[in-house]
Amino acid sequence: MSPNLFLVVLLGISALAYRQGKKKAFASVTEKSQRLHSLPNYYGVLTALWCFIPAILIFLLWQLFSDFILTGIAMQDVFANTPHLSPAEQNLLINDMRNMVAGVVSRVDANPLVEQAVERYLNIRVISHMALGVIMLIAALIPGCWIYTRIKPEFRARNHVEQIVEILLILCSTVAILTTVGIVLSVLFESIRFFQQVPLWDFLFGLKWSPQMAIRADQAGSSGSFGAVPVFAGTFMISGIALAVAVPIGLMSAIYLSEYAGKKLRAVVKPLLEILAGVPTVVYGFFAALVVAPLIRDMGLTMGMSVSSESALAAGLVMGIMIIPFVSSLSDDVINAVPQSLRDGSYGLGATKSETIKNVIIPAALPGIVGSILLAASRAIGETMIVVMAAGLSANLTANPLEAVTTVTVQIVTLLVGDQEFDSPKTLAAFALGLLLFVTTLMLNVVALYVVRKYREEYE
Amino acid sequence: MKTENTSTMQVVNSGLAKRYAKEKRFRMLGIGAVVISLLFLVILFSSIVGNGYTAFRQSVIVLDIHFDKQILDVSNLRSANYAKLVKDAMSGLFPDVTGRSDKRMLHRLVSSGAAFQLQKMIIKDPSLIGRTVEVRVPADDEVDMFIKGYIPRNVPESERRISDQQMAWIDRLVDSDRLERRFNTTFFTAGDSREPELSGIKGAVTGSFFTLLVTLVLSFPIGVAAAVYLEEFAPVNRWTDFVEVNINNLAAVPSIVFGLLGLAVFLNFFGFPRSAPLVGGMVLTLMTLPTIIIASRASLKSVPPSIREAALGIGASKLQTITHHVLPLAMPGMMTGTIIGMAQALGETAPLLMIGMVAFIVDIPGGITDPATVLPVQIYLWADSPERAFVERTSAAIMILLAFLILMNGTAVLLRRKFERRW
Repeated sequence: MSPNLFLVVLLGISALAYRQGKKKAFASVTEKSQRLHSLPNYYGVLTALWCFIPAILIFLLWQLFSDFILTGIAMQDVFANTPHLSPAEQNLLINDMRNMVAGVVSRVDANPLVEQAVERYLNIRVISHMALGVIMLIAALIPGCWIYTRIKPEFRARNHVEQIVEILLILCSTVAILTTVGIVLSVLFESIRFFQQVPLWDFLFGLKWSPQMAIRADQAGSSGSFGAVPVFAGTFMISGIALAVAVPIGLMSAIYLSEYAGKKLRAVVKPLLEILAGVPTVVYGFFAALVVAPLIRDMGLTMGMSVSSESALAAGLVMGIMIIPFVSSLSDDVINAVPQSLRDGSYGLGATKSETIKNVIIPAALPGIVGSILLAASRAIGETMIVVMAAGLSANLTANPLEAVTTVTVQIVTLLVGDQEFDSPKTLAAFALGLLLFVTTLMLNVVALYVVRKYREEYE
Repeated sequence: MKTENTSTMQVVNSGLAKRYAKEKRFRMLGIGAVVISLLFLVILFSSIVGNGYTAFRQSVIVLDIHFDKQILDVSNLRSANYAKLVKDAMSGLFPDVTGRSDKRMLHRLVSSGAAFQLQKMIIKDPSLIGRTVEVRVPADDEVDMFIKGYIPRNVPESERRISDQQMAWIDRLVDSDRLERRFNTTFFTAGDSREPELSGIKGAVTGSFFTLLVTLVLSFPIGVAAAVYLEEFAPVNRWTDFVEVNINNLAAVPSIVFGLLGLAVFLNFFGFPRSAPLVGGMVLTLMTLPTIIIASRASLKSVPPSIREAALGIGASKLQTITHHVLPLAMPGMMTGTIIGMAQALGETAPLLMIGMVAFIVDIPGGITDPATVLPVQIYLWADSPERAFVERTSAAIMILLAFLILMNGTAVLLRRKFERRW
């Protein structure tokens, strides 16, 4: 029996419970003077909820953990028979078994031990499915019957239902917190394991990044080195180029659109600029690699400079285009929020429009503008696809924007895409980089929000 | 001040020309900035369209295939030598080609997919055996590129992928109307392939569909419920403050970090299948939730309190007020926010790379647990491929992706226009 069938059955039981609950509510009113506390529907809904929620909880828990538990039981014998296996080899066997269970890999000429485990896994899976069905049935029927017996005219069904709904709403609102906790924990755990193998100091201040671990110990560069400085230098260089493109263009566009442009022009140009923010980053990456990078290289060649085909300049330039709307639309909002009276005052003193903008409006809007630039910077640092497709792979500590540099996000992607063993420092390094990336962008965001809030002038 | 009797007006007037010039310059800077940004937009779109529009037409070679009874063994139709049928037909067109290596070069003009096409035809209709039929088979991608003008004729032979001899054959095929360009249906009906002329976006589009379906099913109810709680029920205290700060921060966390979360929690901890739209959708749900929650809250806020007070005044409970009156009024705004969130999710690539949706998958996924890839990841994969023909296919896939995004965002704008209410 497939577990999905249980869901259908459960829905059927719940529907039945709804009908029965409603029926009983009607039936419970015997005398004319008596009235139901709630609308009859609520009695039905309450019965149905009491059936559905416990059973579905059990179902979800089983979905989450069954594979984990079943694998553990199935592999028990295998590991007991071969005690000398390293954790990596154990993982390999587990993966073999999973693939065979899923039918991805054919079971012909497999390791007999794994074969055994697969048999075992399939056997206990059948048993566990049956157990799940029985437990779900019990979990649906007992609470359902219990609440059914309590249905009386004076029973406050609506209040109960509303309470349950409110709890559900609260649970939904905590998903955001769970996500944050999940991010922090998952990144932190792996990072701690990484820092057990590579000292924190070496990671933060090391000047050499070459995460390739040699297979044999006597090979050259066998240890791999994990100094994050060149990676971060590359990130900041590309983000810096991006900001150097986006801030002047974005800010001047915002100023022009909010102060000079007519209503009609604004209504056309603003959405057009926002298209730039809606274009998927993979498209920018393709554009950078296909159009911009060769262009810059050819221009460099005609000027007699050697330009890498994965130059930081190309990636930065395209990233700058991408974040123009982040700067412009946020700045536009804060410039519009500057009250007209300040402008009128300035004009009244005889200032020209540009003088008003430079001396009155920008100082008044400065916190918001700084906030928008910081947010754009955090966006640039965390941007992945453009740099994956247009920036280099090898870490390179340089200040020359014409050379290829690598970034944090590129390293995370190259370290984690494809087959990986989960214990090597190479894989764990990606999580350490992720932690640093998360912390950096989080700080930028917090500072940005703080600046905007703290220094916002209130004109009321 | 030069002399005692210079009046203020004179001082002002003397500087006026300079100040006006400055004003003009500043204004030009502003115009320049807007023009440059729009120019970038135009260059971006025109380079994509310019590179990609040719992918919608594909070169095919018209061959008279003789389904030879000797080659096609009725008992084993699947493994018959269909490639030989194609080769024979090609040799029939060029009887003068005799040398072994020459023949090999000649046969390379036809895509390796031609044999599969014939196989499919025969299995569908075995009565074709023994007859000669005119069949249109895809040309090799290099031939296609040559026909489309991407491989120039005037470069030395060693620097192009098509030899002089092949060029002559192609010219003869064109002259005898054996080589035509038709609408590229393969591009819309096939999955990924190593051969550009056989590759299509259907697998990726289906994968995107399943992923977005999971995202929508999870993120819309959760997002709306969270917004309702925060806006209507939540007491003002530290906890709700904390939740709010959290949501705002999540909106600015780099997308790749969500990928790390998916890898560590969904794949490694819970053991969900790799490369599956289910996990992709869950990761994208976490990413789009902040967008949906923020939009839904704004939309709930815009429903005037008088509506709530009226409902409460005639005896509705709080939940009844919300479900019967506030939510229906706020729904258009919530839908707009959801569509925009979905559009973001559709264009997202980086987190999906982390959870293995970057594999080379030929089959078209049939459900949310099948291995799949999505449209942006397909674009990334093709952009990495060395064949020239993949450049136009990448651009064409981007055009499809952008078309979907424009459609979604356009719907959101229309929805907002149609249902926007000023109270």
